Amino acid sequence: MSVRSIVPFGPQHPVLPEPIHLDLVLEDEKVVEAVPSIGFVHRGLEKLVEKKDYQQYVYVAERICGICSFMHGMGYCEAVEHVMNVEIPPRAKYLRTIWCEMSRIHSHLLWLGLLADAFGFESLFMQSWRLREKILDMFEVSTGGRVIFSVNMIGGQRRDMDAQMLSMFSKVLDDMERELREISKTFLNDYAVQSRLKDVGFLTKEQAHELGAVGPFMRASGIALDSRKLGYAAYPDIDFEPITSQVGDSYARCDVRIREIFQSFDIIRQAIAKIPEGEVAVPVKGMPSGEHFMRVEQPRGEAIYYVKGNGTKFLDRVRVRTPTFANLPGMLETLKGCQLADVPILILTIDPCISCTER
Amino acid sequence: MNDGEILVIDTEALVTEVLKLKHQNYRLVQICATKTGEGYELTYSFGKDYEFVCLRLNIKEGDEVSSISDIYKPAFLYENEIHDLFDIQIKMISQDYHGNLYRMKTKTPYK
Repeated sequence: MSVRSIVPFGPQHPVLPEPIHLDLVLEDEKVVEAVPSIGFVHRGLEKLVEKKDYQQYVYVAERICGICSFMHGMGYCEAVEHVMNVEIPPRAKYLRTIWCEMSRIHSHLLWLGLLADAFGFESLFMQSWRLREKILDMFEVSTGGRVIFSVNMIGGQRRDMDAQMLSMFSKVLDDMERELREISKTFLNDYAVQSRLKDVGFLTKEQAHELGAVGPFMRASGIALDSRKLGYAAYPDIDFEPITSQVGDSYARCDVRIREIFQSFDIIRQAIAKIPEGEVAVPVKGMPSGEHFMRVEQPRGEAIYYVKGNGTKFLDRVRVRTPTFANLPGMLETLKGCQLADVPILILTIDPCISCTER
Repeated sequence: MNDGEILVIDTEALVTEVLKLKHQNYRLVQICATKTGEGYELTYSFGKDYEFVCLRLNIKEGDEVSSISDIYKPAFLYENEIHDLFDIQIKMISQDYHGNLYRMKTKTPYK
């Protein structure tokens, strides 16, 4: 007869860069249920909208997360711009697209490194993060920052990228693509990696839909949805299709993210080739009045920015539904039936961002 | 419902309307509470492919709302969050944390 026990997992754990707590209900070594608790890094950022006006709040939105800081700022700006009927210049849309895809590459490479570290492949971890440094350098050159960029504003962008910079970025991306091809061979073909990822943590297409999963976690289960297709920034001018896998295990999630990095290289190249000349921002007049749900495809999946204005400089409400929050029920499902030793890897395969989740 | 529509409904109609969307194969996208003058606005968002629709309840301070976590399993997280941060009473949440989803020292709900 199996013995039932409860093992607390986290909030501090070597595999978790940020704190989350799970109570794992085990039968011998098999997980039968997982109960999450959050709130260890809750900062009340949504509440802060009562103290910061709608322009100042751009800087708060950027600080929701250190990985997707650009996209949080942009998502918030796009929501407010929609409420205020502000049309940003075409060049600003392309700049947003380029920075968004740089953020995606950055985030996925960071995740690949963490994954390699979690299953004890240290050299693969270092190679992934070495590559990621190049993207951080590109951020530093183009925005002046490596984590928080402060280039978004209501009405456009604060900074531009000149032709010389874009040409240099193009060359760096060529080098990165070559190097990533080498690394991805190990991620996708190495026996040790496959033994930890293949046939582990299945999430079916039906479960992904039922549990409201988003992003690569959902697409690895065969659902071809990508919020970039909704047409914000310059994505309507870019040729791309959502990347999916029909398998739904941990390996499929890794495969989808690696292919998304290659897709991001391609999207940036398309954007560099098509970026028009012109202004990068327009002046904004008036105060936001009305409400809007803005959906943005972050590296971890669809994020939703809800803003409600009342005609004054202070918004009534800002709500951010982050991808990790949406992926928690799916993650709990993948844990059911797995072995205790697989729990850290399975948690990582949703690419959890707890700062985002708790805001 | 049309894409982008926000349908305002009565509290009693919530479960019926949510069931209708469930039968049309919508997935739960999010639940959000907003403080209004006399109470709260609860917005339930659903998606199907790229379509996005919302149901909205206007409730007063102290009103109780039925949980939809038996219809949409992921709702338990949103409902616990709304209870913890806004003190909105939600009946019969499938996994009720009784105010302990957010483990923090700061006193909530925020008033």
